[in-house]
Formats: sequence, C-alpha cells, structure tokens
Amino acid sequence: MHKYYLNHLQELEAEAIFVIREVVAQFDKPGILFSGGKDSIVVTHLAKKAFWPAKIPMPLIHIDTGHNFPETMAFRDNLVKELGVQLIVGSVEESLRKGRVKEETGINASRNALQITTLLDAIEEHKIDAAIGGARRDEEKARAKERFFSHRDDFGQWDPKNQRPELWNIFNGRKQMGEHFRVFPISNWTEMDVWNYIKEQNIAIPSLYFAHQRQVIYRDNTWLPLSEFVTLRQGESVEEKQIRFRTLGDITITGGIESDADTLEKIVAEVAAVRSTERGNRGDDKRSETSMEDRKKLGYF
Amino acid sequence: MQLLRFTTAGSVDDGKSTLIGRLLYDSKSIFEDQLAAVQLSSERKGLGHVDLSLLTDGLRAEREQGITIDVAYRYFATPKRKFIIADTPGHIQYTRNMVTGASTANLALILVDARNGIVEQTCRHSFIASLLQIPHLIVCINKMDLVDYAEDRFNQIVEEYTEFASKLDVTDIRYIPISALNGDNVVNRSENMDWYQGATLLNTLETIHIASDYNHIDGRFPVQTIIRPHSDEYHDYRGYAGRVAGGIFRPGDKVTVLPSGLSSKIKSIDTFGGAVEEAFPPMSVSITLEDDIDISRGDMIVKQNNQPHVSQEVDMMVCWLNNRPMQQGAKYYLRHTSREVRSVIKEVVYKIDINTLHRMEGDKEIKMNDIARVRLRTTQPLMLDAYRKNRSTGSLILVDESTNETVAAGMVVDSFNN
Ligand SMILES: Nc1nc2c(ncn2[C@@H]2O[C@H](COP(=O)(O)OP(=O)(O)O)[C@@H](O)[C@H]2O)c(=O)[nH]1
Repeated sequence: MHKYYLNHLQELEAEAIFVIREVVAQFDKPGILFSGGKDSIVVTHLAKKAFWPAKIPMPLIHIDTGHNFPETMAFRDNLVKELGVQLIVGSVEESLRKGRVKEETGINASRNALQITTLLDAIEEHKIDAAIGGARRDEEKARAKERFFSHRDDFGQWDPKNQRPELWNIFNGRKQMGEHFRVFPISNWTEMDVWNYIKEQNIAIPSLYFAHQRQVIYRDNTWLPLSEFVTLRQGESVEEKQIRFRTLGDITITGGIESDADTLEKIVAEVAAVRSTERGNRGDDKRSETSMEDRKKLGYF
Repeated sequence: MQLLRFTTAGSVDDGKSTLIGRLLYDSKSIFEDQLAAVQLSSERKGLGHVDLSLLTDGLRAEREQGITIDVAYRYFATPKRKFIIADTPGHIQYTRNMVTGASTANLALILVDARNGIVEQTCRHSFIASLLQIPHLIVCINKMDLVDYAEDRFNQIVEEYTEFASKLDVTDIRYIPISALNGDNVVNRSENMDWYQGATLLNTLETIHIASDYNHIDGRFPVQTIIRPHSDEYHDYRGYAGRVAGGIFRPGDKVTVLPSGLSSKIKSIDTFGGAVEEAFPPMSVSITLEDDIDISRGDMIVKQNNQPHVSQEVDMMVCWLNNRPMQQGAKYYLRHTSREVRSVIKEVVYKIDINTLHRMEGDKEIKMNDIARVRLRTTQPLMLDAYRKNRSTGSLILVDESTNETVAAGMVVDSFNN
C-alpha cells in the first residue's frame, strides 16, 4: 500500500475546509453560527485553518437565549478576541421585549422554539446569505438527510422533500433574493470524530465539558444544573454531583451526566463506552418523535 | 484508520434497511436510547422481534408511507475503519437519489433477494454504479435462510449476475451469501453455509483496498478562493486555496494555469499546520507560486507536462434529476470543479434504457431519472478530464437558470481527439 492516503480525521478535515472555502467563495455575506458548544468550536477552528494566514473572513453569530452558562459567554468573548473576528449577537430577550415572540408557559417551557425567530431576524437584519452551522448527520434522524448546502426559502424554511440533489463535491449555492443557505461542513462527522479531533488538535473548549462539582437537580432522567432560571418542583432537591455536559445549550434544558472524565483522554474513552446519544439529555428533542424535524422545517439550526 | 463511503441499493423489500440495521447493531454502533425507541416501535407494530430496519427509518413522510424517499447518511465505525453509508431508495422514480449517493461512494452494496434472483432493479442499480464509476461492487445475496442456505441457488445467481456484468464497466465485483435478518455472513460467519469460504460482509468492507481509488497521476488543482492576509507579517502573501483533484504536487513543480496558459513554479504548499512537501487528493491546501500571475476562482493549476482537455464543447452522459424535462436549446448554468459557466444543450445523441442498457437513438425527450448522452456548448472553456480517469475533473452539474435547482449530473465522456 502506498503512502498517498489520508486517515479518516484528515479526510473529514479536508472536506470541511473545502466546504467552508466554498461558502466564502460563493456567498456575499456568510457567517458562522456560534453556540459555544463543541461542534461550533470545531467549525470555527476549521475556518481558522481554511483561511490561514488570513483571518476568518466572516463574523461569528451567536443566538443568545438569555439562559446561558456563564462559562460559555466568557469562552465566546475570549475566542472572538483571539481570532479578531466580528461578533453578531441575536438576543431572544430582545425579541421578547419587541414582542416578536412570546415566552412559553407551563411546566416544560423553554426558549428553544423562540430562538428560531431571533435567528431568522438576525439573518435578515445582517443580510446573512449563508449561515454555517455545526450540525452533524449522526445527531438525529431528521438530520441524516440534510445536505451540506441546505437551501432555505425566503421564510427561512426547510423543505425536506424538495432538497437539491448534491453530487460529488460540487455545491450549488445559487438562490433568489431573500433566500439563504445553511451550510454544515461537519455533516459527516460523528460525536466520536469531533472528540478525537478536539483531542488531536488540542482545541480549547469550555470547562463545562469536563467533569466538575456542580449543584444539580434530578429532572426528566438527567441532571439539570441549578441556575437562577430554575425553580424547584415538588419533591426535587439540590444535590452536589461530579458531572459534565455532553452538549451545551440553553442552561434551563441542558442536562449533565455523572462522570469523572476530567481530561480529553477520559472524555474520548467515556464517549466510546457510553451507550446513549448525546441529544438524549436534551429536553427539547423528547417532546415528540418528530420534534427535531418539525423545528428544522421552521428554520431551526 | 481510513474512511470508506458506500451506497446501498436494492428493490423494495430486498432487506436493505434490515441489513444496515444489522451492520449497525452487530458492530455495536447503536445507542441504547435508539435501540429502546426501535424496540418500542416494534412492539407497537405487534412484531415478535426487534425490527432492525426501523433504525434507518427517517423523515415523517417515510414513516407514514413506510418507505425511504431520499438519500440518508448513516455512520458507523469499527476499530479498522470508519464507514459512511449513503442509503438510497430502490424505486424507479428515484434513480436520481441513487446517482446522488453513488457520486461520492468508493463502493456499492447491491442487494438481491435469493428467491427472486436478478431482477430489473438489480440491473438498473448495477448500471448506475458502473456509470458513476464506483470502484468496488459487492453483490449481497440476501434471505439465504428462505432458500435453505442452498449453495446451488447462490451459484446460479452469481452466474446470472456475472453474465450481465460483462456489459458493465466495473472490475472489482464480489459476491456474498447472507441473511440480514439472522445475521449470517454479515458481521459473523454463517454456521449455515460452510460451503462459503469467502470473507463476511463486514470483513470485506474493512479490508478492501481503497487507497488507489483517487487519481494520483494527473496533477489537477482547481482554485477555490485566493487568500490575501493584508497583515504586516504576510504582506505580499497570495495563496491559492483549493483541494487537490488529481496527481501529486510538490514545491518546485512546473505548473500551468488554465485557461490562461501562463506558467510558473510552485513556491510552497501551505496548511495551517505548516508547509508540506507533497499534496495529493483529497487534501485541502494553499499553493503559492514563484511568479505573480493573475489567477482567480475557477482557474485550474495543472502540471505543465500533463494537461486536461480545454474545451467549450462537452460530450457527456447525463442523469436528469428534475421534474422539468431537459429543453433542447435551453441554457443552463454549468458547474465544473470551482468553475461556473453558461451552457446550451446542442444535441441529445441517445438515451439509454437502463433496464436493457440499449441505446434509444430516436427518443430525445429527457425526463426525470433518464440517462442520456448529450453534447453541449459552453460560453467559457472548461478544463476537462474523462470521468473514467478522474471523478472530480470529469464531473459536472447543470443548474436551471430560473429556479436555481440542480437539474442534471454530467459525466464527461472520453472522446477527446488529442
Ligand atoms: N427471512 C428473511 N427475511 C428478511 C431478510 N432480510 C430482510 N428480511 C425481511 O424482508 C422484509 C423487508 O426488509 P427491509 O429491510 O424492510 O427491506 P428494504 O425495503 O429493502 O429496506 C422485512 O420483513 C424483513 O424482515 C433475511 O435475510 N431473511
């Protein structure tokens, strides 16, 4: 066997860099959707590599639910400074204030659905024509058929039955006025790939991903972090546990797992052994069997 | 660890979903919560066993209709390789999906129901695999449990297929007798078919040689974008960013930039991790040149002594992907590597009956899912290789000028007279 081949992480990296460069070449005003989670951190890292020695030629866009882990915010601000890129913040709080959306009520209320409006408003306000996201096809059923270049109509909506076929590595980013694209450079990565890559490249990630002592509440089969936004329900109590988070999102619905993985090596080992999908700890996906698909159609990440 | 991309094809009910479910399940790529969901669905449907095919079930419409309607991608890994499955449906109206899934695949899995043998769909899928130049083909003869695991039946089907495949352009074809339902020869060796001495399906997928699937001979580097840092440290830096589409590039190589024809030498090949001594497909790098020449997106850097065919005439096989039929004389945007030009359909040479592989010279109406040989003319030159030689520089898509939809996939035919 000859030496001219890439290992799987190198190949995935080369593919992602290719896709990110296509976005910058094909669109007028692209941006990177930055949630502060590991996937968007990896995408940002790939964008840095794609344009080195130049800076990333597009802004980071953060949709701020107002329900953040403080650690995520500090991490975001640091990264933006280090990269010297522009940061655009779309605020759910502001959408609420302006009456664009209404806070959900009831026992399982969250701001997840509200983010869609804020995101679409931010895209429109800043005339973003391609929003790069860190979604992966292995995350969830509805994502398995997502394209790298995913077309959105002028209402920001996704039509899963009428997607453009995507052949070889030729990406068609043509669109009408008012339409935009979502682009997913790490479509082909699995959770395992992401962690292995973070470890191999030694990419900085928020401390929340590492096991740490934290005050939590047991709710819906997961450890919900105590924050100013949660109120104890009947029979619940605050406990101190050694936990870490597998995904980072809205602090009110992102559950942690008990773990003593406090290094990247231990996390990789744990992910390899763990027998449930990472979104399993997200309250938003559990509501109905097709909830992700429904949200995606409306314009979700 | 290498990455292997494969597609799966079969008629409805041949057991494709069950097979994929089986691969995922037996290779322990299923998470507990996914399995629990499938167990629940199986019970709800009143099944006695866990229906593994539900693991690959996708969107709502499919759940309602009970069929797969689009290309869905699945992932699994073993300690030896990582796999990406492009799962495509088997209906006649979805040739386009199969073409899509096949375009990036190293390997195609073709499923045959042992009871039915080779049917029309088998031929059609094999033809598409051949047309798309998937380098490796594995024919899985499934449901062997329903033919008493009979060697005779297996041999009969192999013979039938071999005869048919002589009309195709595929060199590496393997045959494996399996039962997706019971797991025979999928991941674990079958105890019911000791007459079969070959490797199991998973073992074949793990070991098949794929490093030579790329073209390492003809140096091709389509420029995606130009990197200009405008910083003090890299004041005069001008990097041509792209992905190597063929051959091996090294600093010092004499190169020509097409279509301008200007020449230079490679000064450096850069990546974020540092300069590299060699760049080969599918690496993403930035190339700097010794001379300051005018290069923009859509240009191609090639080796001076080995150049593609530069032409405004394209002779190609197309698969039509759109509801609106091809309009003779109509204009389409054409995307080829990083280049976009406008094009006009000059001639439909013939259409292919994908069941018999016969040429239909009289029928010039190209509709969704049709495959045809077509000539077109472009407003600007393209730098072409035959698709047989290079799947990157030999492939293109057509885009409708009014809807912006991708309407056709094209594969350049080797008819250059140079
Ligand atoms: N007996 C037997 N039945 C099978 C086998 N593989 C699949 N089936 C059954 O064939 C039917 C169709 O399978 P499915 O995987 O849904 O087919 P698909 O339409 O190709 O995805 C289901 O009832 C399966 O249980 C096999 O190896 N043996």
